[in-house]
Amino acid sequence: MQLTAEERAILAGERGEAARRALEYQVKVGEFWGAERFVPITNARCFDFEHCRRLGQDEGEATKERELIACLRRMDVITTDTCINYQTVYQPHFGEHVAWGDTGTVIYANSVFGARSNFESGPAALAAAITGRTPEYGFHLDAHRRGGFAVELRARLDDLADWGMVGKLVGEPHQSYFSVPVFHGFHRTPIADELKHLGAALASYGSMGMFHFVGATPEAPTLEAAFGGRAPAERMVIADADLERGYAGYGLGGRDARLVVFSGPQQSLLEMKRLAQLFDGRKVQEGSSCFVTTNGAVLAQARALGYAGTLEAAGVTILQGVCFYILQNLSLMRVKNGWQNLVSNSAKIVNIIGAHRFNTILRRTQDCVDIACTGILK
Amino acid sequence: MHGDSQVSIRVERAFGEAVEGEAVVSEEGFSPRYDLDRWSGVITKPGHKLEGVSLKDKVCFFPTAKGGIAAGWAFYDIKWKKIAPKAFIFGVTNPVMVQGAIFAGITIADGWSKDPRQDVATGDWVRVDPAARFVQVLRRSS
Repeated sequence: MQLTAEERAILAGERGEAARRALEYQVKVGEFWGAERFVPITNARCFDFEHCRRLGQDEGEATKERELIACLRRMDVITTDTCINYQTVYQPHFGEHVAWGDTGTVIYANSVFGARSNFESGPAALAAAITGRTPEYGFHLDAHRRGGFAVELRARLDDLADWGMVGKLVGEPHQSYFSVPVFHGFHRTPIADELKHLGAALASYGSMGMFHFVGATPEAPTLEAAFGGRAPAERMVIADADLERGYAGYGLGGRDARLVVFSGPQQSLLEMKRLAQLFDGRKVQEGSSCFVTTNGAVLAQARALGYAGTLEAAGVTILQGVCFYILQNLSLMRVKNGWQNLVSNSAKIVNIIGAHRFNTILRRTQDCVDIACTGILK
Repeated sequence: MHGDSQVSIRVERAFGEAVEGEAVVSEEGFSPRYDLDRWSGVITKPGHKLEGVSLKDKVCFFPTAKGGIAAGWAFYDIKWKKIAPKAFIFGVTNPVMVQGAIFAGITIADGWSKDPRQDVATGDWVRVDPAARFVQVLRRSS
């Protein structure tokens, strides 16, 4: 890599041992990817410190987490405990280089804001925060941001789960970080939470870091512009029947319906409002558990607006500052509660919780609420 | 197909020390969070093509990297617990796998010249040479 005088000074230890080690690590990562230089970043984030707050969480792990958070605060890190920072904390502008972690935030930043980030995992994002730069490869470069294949959306996509299902149907058969789908032909304009679920699922099922949505995302004013002059490598169509086939494809096991989760990504205020409407006046079935996760800012507003109260009155457990899948001891919780199935409207969580040996089932939001309140899974 | 003991596969990118170990060749991609039990080093995701297989000390061939950001710390975690593989060889990987492997000091490569399933079988003894960017089969399992 070509290094500036400042970067050479950092490697010589002139800004201390932490900066030296961070940059040395970043050079190795940059060289792997053939990066020619570093780009300065405005903002770094990482979210994969494992959180544990309640639910029989291991005390040793909780202590470690508290130490880690204290350490990060001493480094002047803002600890917001959120995976939806792009909805509640910081919205990078078009062309802004950032170093974000959590795949859902990266794909949203690249696609919806037109900002530029690779997936930066914990140590990489921390290194970027310390040095103020990141190696220039992947989605920092124009060449990787052009569309690769076209997806015509003929389906109605009325529920957030439908958007996650699209992410699964497109991501699974095109599993590659550098594969950039271009969505077009949709009958209306998508809203932020819909693009959030689409992006989270594409990143999860396809390991993808970017998509275009013609007419909605900034690098896709037209189909031609999204492809940057190239021809699509493939054209696929998603219709209502594809979604129905997807929902019908989940095995229901023994129809255990005692665990329903709204999480992954954390719920926005609009999602909290909708859940409060759907749970209003109802009760989670006795013996069942229903979890909602969100961040502190959303929860404070949801409390003020009465949404949180409505959910809690219905017997829903709201977890703040976590995501369900990163709870410690999840496998033990599963065994202790005898849970077999996990039902969610999040395609992402349905995909990623497998190592804890849940059988997972994606259902639409209204269906998830009905399952939580009746204990009946169809 | 498996007759030539000197068969080698070129890789486009690689990092780490040269290592030797027993191959595990997967038809399915990999994520340490989705698929791996990080207390035993065994693939535990129900239905994964390698369900029940331990990755400890293995040279793992995966066609793709799945999802997530977890590899950043997870590889360091399993290395510290002494249940990490010797190397990861990916057809197509993502930055997180690379960042995680480099942080943990686990050898990693991606961009193989041909599908290893044609030439390498699970149980074969292989050598990975990141500097020379190739993977070589040294001994057949049977």
